[in-house]
Parts: sequence; structure tokens; C-alpha cells
Amino acid sequence: MSVAEFFDSMDYGPAPEGTGPVDAWLDERGRNFDHFIGGEWVAPTSGERFESVNPATGKTLARIAQGTRADVDAAVAAARSAQPGWAKLSGHGRARVLYALARLVQKHSRALAVLETLDNGKPIRESRDIDVPLVARHFYHHAGWAQLHDDSFADHQPLGVVGQIIPWNFPLLMLAWKIAPALAAGNCVVLKPAEFTSLSSLMFADLCKLAGVPDGVVNIVTGDGATGELIVGHPGIDKIAFTGSTDVGRAIRTATAGTGKKLTLELGGKSPFIVFEDADLDSVVEGVVDAIWFNQGQVCCAGSRLLVQESVAETLEAKLKARMAKLTVGDPLDKGVDIGAIVAPVQLERITELVDECRRAGGAVWQPALNFPAGGLFYPPTLISGAAPADKVMQEEIFGPVLAMMSFRTHGEAVALANNTRYGLAASVWSESINLALDVAPKLKAGVVWINSTNLFDAACGFGGYRESGFGREGGMEGMYAYLKPNWEAKLPLYEATKERSDVDQHAKMSPEVSLDRTAKLYIGGKQARSDSGYSRPVLAPDGALIAEVGEGNRKDIRNAVEAAHKASGWATMAAHGRAQIIYYIAENLEARAGEFAGRIAAMTGATKPAARREVAASVERLFTYAAWCDKYDGAVHAPPLRDVTLAMNEPLGVIAITCPDEAPLLGMISLLAPAIAMGNRIVAVPSQTHPLAATDFYQVLETSDLPAGVVNIVTGDATELTQTLAAHDGVDGIWYFGTDPGGATSAKVEAGSVGNLKQTWVNDGLRRDWTKQGQGVGRDFLRRATQVKNIWVPYGE
Amino acid sequence: MSATEAPNVHHLSPVRNPGMALEIDWVADVAINKSAVERRAATLATRRSVKKEAQAAWLLKAISCIDLTTLAGDDTAGRVQRLCAKAKQPVRADLLEALGMSARGLRTGAVCVYHEMVETAVEALDGTSIPVAAVSTGFPAGLSPLATRIAEIEASVAAGAKEIDIVINRGHVLTGNWQALYDEVRAFREAVGEAHLKTILGTGDLATLRNVGKASLVAMMAGADFIKTSTGKEPVNATLPVSLVMVRAIRAYQERCGVKIGFKPAGGISAAKDALAYFILMREELGRDWLEPNLFRLGASSLLGDIERQLEHHVTGRYSASHRHAAN
Repeated sequence: MSVAEFFDSMDYGPAPEGTGPVDAWLDERGRNFDHFIGGEWVAPTSGERFESVNPATGKTLARIAQGTRADVDAAVAAARSAQPGWAKLSGHGRARVLYALARLVQKHSRALAVLETLDNGKPIRESRDIDVPLVARHFYHHAGWAQLHDDSFADHQPLGVVGQIIPWNFPLLMLAWKIAPALAAGNCVVLKPAEFTSLSSLMFADLCKLAGVPDGVVNIVTGDGATGELIVGHPGIDKIAFTGSTDVGRAIRTATAGTGKKLTLELGGKSPFIVFEDADLDSVVEGVVDAIWFNQGQVCCAGSRLLVQESVAETLEAKLKARMAKLTVGDPLDKGVDIGAIVAPVQLERITELVDECRRAGGAVWQPALNFPAGGLFYPPTLISGAAPADKVMQEEIFGPVLAMMSFRTHGEAVALANNTRYGLAASVWSESINLALDVAPKLKAGVVWINSTNLFDAACGFGGYRESGFGREGGMEGMYAYLKPNWEAKLPLYEATKERSDVDQHAKMSPEVSLDRTAKLYIGGKQARSDSGYSRPVLAPDGALIAEVGEGNRKDIRNAVEAAHKASGWATMAAHGRAQIIYYIAENLEARAGEFAGRIAAMTGATKPAARREVAASVERLFTYAAWCDKYDGAVHAPPLRDVTLAMNEPLGVIAITCPDEAPLLGMISLLAPAIAMGNRIVAVPSQTHPLAATDFYQVLETSDLPAGVVNIVTGDATELTQTLAAHDGVDGIWYFGTDPGGATSAKVEAGSVGNLKQTWVNDGLRRDWTKQGQGVGRDFLRRATQVKNIWVPYGE
Repeated sequence: MSATEAPNVHHLSPVRNPGMALEIDWVADVAINKSAVERRAATLATRRSVKKEAQAAWLLKAISCIDLTTLAGDDTAGRVQRLCAKAKQPVRADLLEALGMSARGLRTGAVCVYHEMVETAVEALDGTSIPVAAVSTGFPAGLSPLATRIAEIEASVAAGAKEIDIVINRGHVLTGNWQALYDEVRAFREAVGEAHLKTILGTGDLATLRNVGKASLVAMMAGADFIKTSTGKEPVNATLPVSLVMVRAIRAYQERCGVKIGFKPAGGISAAKDALAYFILMREELGRDWLEPNLFRLGASSLLGDIERQLEHHVTGRYSASHRHAAN
């Protein structure tokens, strides 16, 4: 068009970003890529390669190596041999390397952005203004953690070699989220980019060379899901960090169960975007654009469920439709394009299918009439109004530019609808009332809450989910702990296989001196309850004499206990001071009966009287410790680079199942129970199977200590069986297993059993702690385990 | 070159804003989230891009929307005449020729002066359709007696001003006295008669974006044909966030009353790329109609010079210098 024609039409005209330097880079490598292993480009052993395609044009960009077992072996070996040296380098030494990476990302920012857009299909504006700057920021921030390592993470060491599997929606950014903290902590990595989008990872490998990353510290093995499985299953890997779909996350949880590998999962979402009637609706509209039409909606934390207060629902819908008609869909390299290409045909098919299905079922599907270029994988922005919670489009992650909208009446209803999902990654809350916004934010089951904003990210603010959106955080201090372990952990002894006791006499008679038959019951919902089975099991002294009998708890008792724990949710919102007072009171009442408890311990375990008395005294002290912590394990206030405070709140997991250790039956139980309840969790405890009386005596202490009903529930019985029931219970948010577990068989079962709701697991892997020791038996690690961090972003300004 | 007027140039909208009764509930309901507004404003110009021919066209359009302004204590007749000459021939003829725009009769949107200079300007612009705009009502503070302010409007209209840029009493906004603000602007609206009323909010004095949003609504209810950000004399002049709030108010008013109100950012807009950003704002938030001088003006004095240099660069491929273009 001529100047005069533009003068009349006032159209924008095309504004394509050039691809020359990136094409030159691809050509230089013959558009044929190898793995990056041990600092070298290594051809795939199979010789097999697959194509990486530009989804906006359908043209092949390059051929990518398919990783095989031998390739993964080589990468793990390279990482293993590099790891001790990398960990031994000073924090400052690692900081210098990470700092160099940050600088290099900035220096090559445009090439990285263009390559990302070519390979992924996301608009150049996003890769240029969001993805790549966040990548640089992540390396800067973690250069800082490396620098501060000795000060901030004293007595911790790296995990070793980490396998990292990242998705295709933010290829380079997810690489940064994975590699930066791993390297800062002293780990080496084997990273596999998604097969649709490997190229930016390979360009990053070039930067690693330039930055002086020692050979083998960063290894990049490309390939498809099969390559990912090889990494997950590799015995030389100490941790898997995965970002991707919830289904694959589950498969990884299952595959790693019992291997001792650490695991963090950042999975799917169906995040609510809640609009109250007093919100700035024009700003809300732009928020929605950034929530669901950012990166074609292919964002795990996309605000895909729009919940609007009834009084403004109609107005907002009209505003949204007007705005949608102005969105531009097309060539992602054009600087004026809002929505680029969907990453791959399979993804486009899924989106199309879900929307078509909704349309066929009579859903109100609205799409603006937009033109887009032929030959690419494009999908229009889509609004489905009047959706119901039961609709598939309200429940399933679509991972496309599709927004489902429904209305609510009250803020209570908004919270209920928002939380009516298996996921819990993010949420957005729009209101001009700080009272309302700060009331709602803590009630949302989500790892990130954005007030009057959406999709804000920063390296200083942890990111990660609740529920089936996964566990672990990326970014901030909590993200660093995901790549570290306490030094003592490496030195724990194994549980030895104990011989089956042959001297158990099921019909043993109680000896006269303990014959006062105080029946130990289960303790559920603040009441002593008989076991559902109607059976009891004997508790024997070391010499085989019957001391007492306890209830034989079963599945139904577990169900009741979990239900009671859920009902006690008020404990989580009670003032920390109040929780502290009750835990102090428990300590007081335990001490009042110290002699009796010591006697029980001695009778059950054969411990000497002084040792038993020490265990009771240590238990009292431990209660004091966690009562003290109640109002001191504070969150943090982060300062990301915008006018905002981000409140990092330590929230309880919810309901935690705890299988108590046999050694130190009282102290072990208290060591786990006290931090859990101090942080506001409710628990279902399975006491030591062999020495359960410390627990059943303890409920009498609880009863006299004003602990609200349901906060602590105790179910005795076959510990392994009860543990497995709890591991599989979808209403349990976390499970801590510390039973006697030679070979780690039950630990494995707990991890495998947890996949149903992807509850957080903490197991001993067959390693035995000394509960009397600082660190092993008490410390901040317990508080971290008992909490999950919720980051609430509060941009402000009048 | 011949001073032919293009037939499609309408500096002034034929449709006036009749205004409406003050609707205080609507004003009370205005919700503005500053951070969100700033985020939108910051990314507006990064989400759209205008290059090459389109950019040249947009810059020429910007010229047609400029209220070429002189509001200095040392203004003289000679200075105003020079300004008017520039308004008539804002771009070198050879550049227009090269851009294929010679036949368009490119003019600035208006010439904007103090009352004292209205007659001079009207005379200098005789035979063109370029309107003369007069700043009025005790500009820039707006605190002289009401009768004086009204008399000032009447005098400027009598002198030939087709547009009156009035200033509001910012005190009414800061004290939430919406009725007083409404009454005052309504009185000005009556005083301007056939001339168009451009209402300057003095946004740099209004403390909050919410106040800007509310004052915008009240001004339109009272019959403003244009709402304008600044006098150029406040500590902060036109900004994109303030403008975003005002154009959203214009949109709300149009949705409610069906009348299109014009927008004029003023002060501090001196770079060609700023003008492009404002166009993007208008196009994205309001639509194509607001990219013409009847609904959009840029209050600026030095902007034109930068645009001329950019246009020359577009034509020659070489960066330009200011002395190559006529002074004003």
C-alpha cells in the first residue's frame, strides 16, 4: 500500500521481525543438531533425527537428535564426573558463571527471541519482551543465590545430578527455571527440551560454552517422550524436575517411586480469574487478554475460568467481545500480532475438538471473525459464556486460547467455585477493595495469586502449585531448597531387616502388675473411638509379654479420621499465637504425666528408665520448640521489579498423614506431629505398630489440652496397610512415612500410591534417623515440609 | 504550492455533544486500577508496530491532528503569523511530493493561541479551513471570577475562534464537588455557542487516575466536545496512563449516550514516536474514527519538527536535521 492509501485507511501494515541472523545460525550447523554432552556436540548414537517445524508456516527448521539410552548414559556420566568439581567450586565461582550466562542471554536476546518464535509460534512481542528478559533475570537472581550459598544454605549440599524435562510452551524460560537454581546449588544437569521446541536449548548450549560453564555441568539431550523416560529411569540421577502435563507428572511419580530420587512437578492448571463487581472492568478486560490469550493460552497458569459477579457479568461479556474482535492472530514474527500459532497439529486438534464438543452440546461459543494466514496452525480467541462447573470446558485444561465464563453471587461462592477443581496452580482476583482481595486470596487453593493482575513472574517469587498442579517451587529461596539436601542426610544408616518375632503369643495374658485394663481406642474427631473392625491387636513387651491391646484400625477408620481432619479446618486459620498456646499446654500436660509415659516407653521398648525419661523430656522440649515456631515461621515479602509487594505466605498443606517411627515411639511421633500442627495442618497419625501405646496414652494428654477436635487423629493397627490406605486417599494432602522400612519397600509404596491426587510425600527411603538430633529430629526442614508457599502478588498505587 | 483543501478534511465534527444531566451515581462508580492501567499503557505501543509507508502515513496524519500552539508570555503578532504560515504548510513541498501526498492539502488540526492573538491568527489563516483555538477561562489556573471567564469565552468566539480550550477548576475535583464542576462546564458550553468546547482537565493537578476518570465523565456530561489532558503548565503533562483513563471514559460515554467525544493530549509530546503511541492508543481503545482531527488532536509545539525529520528520513534514507525544515 502507498503512503496515501495508509493515510486513508490508517491500517498498521506489516511489521515483520527479520530472521537473517537466526537463519544464518541454523545454516551454519547445517540445520542438523546433535546432543550437547560433556561440553561437546555429540551425534546421536542411533543416527536418528526428527524434524522441528515452524508451526506458523509448516516449514521444517532443523533436524533434532533423538536421544537413546546410550546418549542418556553418556550425558549422565558426563554430569556425574563434572559434579564434584562444580560443587567444590566456591559459591562465588558458580556465581560468576551464572552471571556470565545472564549477560550472554542479554547480549543475544534478539536471536534467542526470534528463534523461540520460529520454533514455538509465540508472538515475537512475547518472546522479546517477556520470555527472554525473564530468562536473563532468572540467571541474575540465581547468580546471587550461588554467591550467597554458604550464608543462606549452610549445612546443605547439592543433590548431585538432576534430570530436567521441560515443556514446549516456554522453552527457554523453563530451561532457565530449571538450570539456574540447579547450577547455583552445585548440581549438574541433564536437560531434555520438548521435542517440538529444542532449538533455543541448543542455542543456549552455545552460550554455556561462551560463559565458561565447565564441560559436563550442563548437558542437553534432545528427543521425545521415550528419551524423557530414559532420564526419569536412569539410576545415575538424583532428582527429576519436570514441568508438563499432569498425566506425565503422574507417570513420573510412579516411575520414580522408591528410587530415592527427589521430585518436583510443575503440572497443569485450570486457574480461576475472579472478577468482583467493584473491579476496574476495562482493566479486567486487559487482564483477561494477558491471562488466556498470552502465548495462545498455552500456559499452565492461564486464567482459563472466568468467574464474574452476576451484577457485572453482562457488561464484562460485552466489553470482552469488543476487545476480542481487536485481537490480531497471525504470523508470530509480526510485531503487531497478539496471538501466534499453536505449537503443533496434535495440540490444535485437541483444542478444536474440545470447543466443537462444547458447541455440539449447546455451549455458547463465541469467536470473533478474524482472518489468519493459511498454512499455519492458528486458532481464534474463544469465549464460552454461561458455562457450568460440570462442563468439560470448566474442568479440563484446554491449553489453548479458550476462555470459559460463568457468574457467581457472593464472594463465598466465588471462592467455592474457584476451588472446585483438582488443580491449584494460580488464581487472579480483581477488586478495588483491599479488604475483599486480601480476604479471598488466602482462601484460594493455588500456589500463586495475582491481585488485579495476572501472569506476572519473577525469579524472586516462587512459582508452583497446590493439589494436582504439582509440588515444589521454582524461584526464590524455596526454589533453591528443591536442589539441596541437609548434609547429614547423606550419612543416615539403613534400617536393618528385623527378624519376625517368634515369641508373639496372641493369647498372652496380661501380667498382674499391669492388669488394670485401660482399653486403648482410636482417637478420631476428638473422641475415643472403637475400631470399625471390632478386632484388637496385642502390644507386647520385648520379652513377649502382653502389655495391652489396641484397636485394629482399618480403611473405614482411616476414612473417618480423614473426614474429621477436614472438618477441623478452623485450626489452619486460628491465630498462630492461639496454636502456640495449645501446643505449650500439651507440653505442660505431657510433663505432668512424665513418669507414666517413661514407664510405658520402658515397658514397650525395653529402654532403661533414664533413657525413657530422657525421651519424654525431649518430647516436652520438642513441643516447646514448635509452639515457639508457631508465630515465627513467617513468610516473606518479595520485591519483584515492579511497583508491587509479593507476599510469600507459608500455608499448611491441609491434612497430613503421618506414619510414626518405631524407634523413639513418643519422641518420633511428637517430632512429626508437632511441626505439622504448629503450621496449621490437621493430621492422621498411624503410631508405631510395635509400640503404639505412647500414642494412645498421648490422646488423653490432647484431650486435656484444649486441642480442637479433629486436629490430631490417631489410628492404630497394621501400620503398613493403614499407610497405604492413606497414601491412596485423595483427601489427604501430604503423607510422611517414617516406619521401619528395611529396603525402602513401604516408602516406595507410599510414593507410588500418592499418584491419585499427587499428594506431597516425605518418606525415609529405608534410612533411619536419630530423632534426638538437631536436624534429623528437629529443625526448619520439618517446617518447610509442613508448609507450602503461596505467593500473593499485590501491585499497588493510587 | 497551491493551498487547496482536501475535500475529506473535517477539522471539526458536525455533531456536537448535547451533554446530559449530571449522573452522580455513574461518577461514583468509576473504578480505576492504577497499576493495571499503567501495565496496559506500557504495552500498548509494544503490541502494535507501524513501519515504512504506514509509518509515514501515520506521521502525516499526526500533523493533521496537531493543534500548533504558542502560549508564551512573549507571543507577538509576528510570532503568531509565522506559526500560522507553518500550519498552512507544515511539511516541505518536495517531501509531500515524494510521499505522493501533494494533492492532500495537508494542514495542522488548528492553531492554538491566547485570546489576545485570536484575531491575528484568524486573519493569517483566512481562506483555509484551519480553525483557531483559544485557550480561555483564566488559563492555565482557571481561577478568575466566573463572569470574567465567561466573558473571555464570548470575546474569543466573537474574535473568530472556532474552538475554545477551557480549563476546569481543579479544586472542584479535589473536593469531589461534581455538581459545581458540572455547572461551571455547562455554563462554558453555553457561552461557546457554535464554537467547540475543549475541556482541559489539568490532569497533573488531579492527584489520582480515579479523579481523572470522574472529571472526564462530568466534563462530557456537561457538554464538552473534546476532553484534553493538560494546559502544558502543570508539573506533569499528558501521559499514556492518564490518556488511557480519559479515552476509556470517552468510550463509556459513547456507549451510554451514543456521542463521540474527541480527545486531546497536550504537553510533553515532542517525539514522532510519541504521536504514534497515541494513535495506537486511540485505535485500540476507541477505533478508527478517532484517528482524524475531528476527534483527535495533539497539543504540541515542537512535535512537528521531529515528524518532519522522520518523514525526510523515510524519503531519503538519511537522517535529517532540523534546519532543513521551515521554522514556525
